[in-house]
Amino acid sequence: MGELSRMWRESPNRYRLLGKKCGNCGRKYFPAREICPVCHRDSIGKMSDFELSGNGEIFTYTIVHEAPPAFSRQKPYVLALIKLEDGPMITGQVVDVDPDEIEVGKKVRSVFRKIAQDGKSGIIFYGYKFTLA
Amino acid sequence: MEKSGIVSYGSYIPKYRIKPDEIARIWGEDPENIRNGIYILSKSVPAPDEDVATISVEAARTALQRGGLKGSEIEAMYIGSESHPYAVKPTATIVSSAIGTNFDLFSADYEFACKAGTAGMQNVLAMVKSGMIRMGMAIGSDTSQGAPGDVLEYSASAGGTAMIIGRENVAAEIKATLSVTSDTPDFWRREGQPYPTHGERFTGEPAYFKHVVSAGKKMMEKMKTKPEDYDYAVFHQPNGKFPMRAAKMLGFNEEQYKEGLLTPLIGNTYSGAMMVGLSAILDVAKDGDRILAVSFGSGAGSDAFHIEVNSEIEKLHSRGAITVRKMLEKTKFLDYGMYAKFKKKLVLGDDVE
Ligand SMILES: [Zn+2]
Repeated sequence: MGELSRMWRESPNRYRLLGKKCGNCGRKYFPAREICPVCHRDSIGKMSDFELSGNGEIFTYTIVHEAPPAFSRQKPYVLALIKLEDGPMITGQVVDVDPDEIEVGKKVRSVFRKIAQDGKSGIIFYGYKFTLA
Repeated sequence: MEKSGIVSYGSYIPKYRIKPDEIARIWGEDPENIRNGIYILSKSVPAPDEDVATISVEAARTALQRGGLKGSEIEAMYIGSESHPYAVKPTATIVSSAIGTNFDLFSADYEFACKAGTAGMQNVLAMVKSGMIRMGMAIGSDTSQGAPGDVLEYSASAGGTAMIIGRENVAAEIKATLSVTSDTPDFWRREGQPYPTHGERFTGEPAYFKHVVSAGKKMMEKMKTKPEDYDYAVFHQPNGKFPMRAAKMLGFNEEQYKEGLLTPLIGNTYSGAMMVGLSAILDVAKDGDRILAVSFGSGAGSDAFHIEVNSEIEKLHSRGAITVRKMLEKTKFLDYGMYAKFKKKLVLGDDVE
């Protein structure tokens, strides 16, 4: 049940790319942080929810050939480090592309997809992935 | 009198396609026969990580973007589908969370074969008109299944459309809606069965044509209109042929129905079908245009809408949200093997998924 409650707690963040913005310096964080690592004490009480646009570009990437069982239908697939236009860098799968279409610097946007499911009777996990813009 | 109707709209069609020729090759059918018989040139296929929840979220986000709206402004969420990801756990809850609606929200999942989405539109419209809410969203979305080798395998596809209905900034007023319903055994799926069954003799005349044509006629009687009073007409489109025939039976010509006829390119998106067609029409509609829209759900029933577009539509067009035609430009074709893997017709072991 630990996994289920963590998944549930984090779902608004994962569903909507909901991070935090520091009211002191304006930096944006994803995953959400309660304290700004730059402003420290000055950011206390000033961190507010911020929904990232999901637009960004590929900073670097890897093609995953040895996939976990849940990705059997999708391999080989692209896992990329994405520099979001709002600032944060995040890791995400890039879908609906052939690995040879991927290049560093290409523009991407976030999409809502199934991430995994807990067997045939368990919960379905959803969240963000990316696709070429 | 205050206007109520479509405030914004958005559609989503998965990127992958398969051609009927490729399906016919596997089952030893004549591709020419299939193509001519159902007039489908390709159908959309969901990626392995897409389902009704993900398709609905994409359509909903496009609708919000096009309307310049936030999820928190949506006060009701109804999702019609015959392929909800869970038997028990509403898709509406997932989609609402993904677009950021408030905790105070009316919501439910609907079922009525292919007209569950338009039943949701009627529901939201009624809530808006009664003053229960200011604005709500109705989605029709499906990842439909046809049994391997069955005639439905050539048409069953995936896609969805979200309609935001309200009474402020209405771009397409819904002046009237009506429905017809009868107990008809044309198509069904029992609980726990992966694929639907169709009562062969019932699919055409007593089901689709009877309900669609009756609802269309009743609407024109109610509004005292004739076919030539409409700029566009869109019907449920289980294949490319039925809606053309229904259009002709009602007195509409090709100029009126071609813009909303998408099944030849994307297949039958079931609960999404008429709504995707309506969405494609709204993409090009202008101030003063009139639209007759009629859905059909097996079992059976039809919902008809008389819609009048006004100049607010230009604001929606100006926000640059993706149009249906634009979405259809980028596609990737699959062979039957990849299609079978994507659609989970190839079953993996219990320890895998
Ligand atoms: Zn800071």
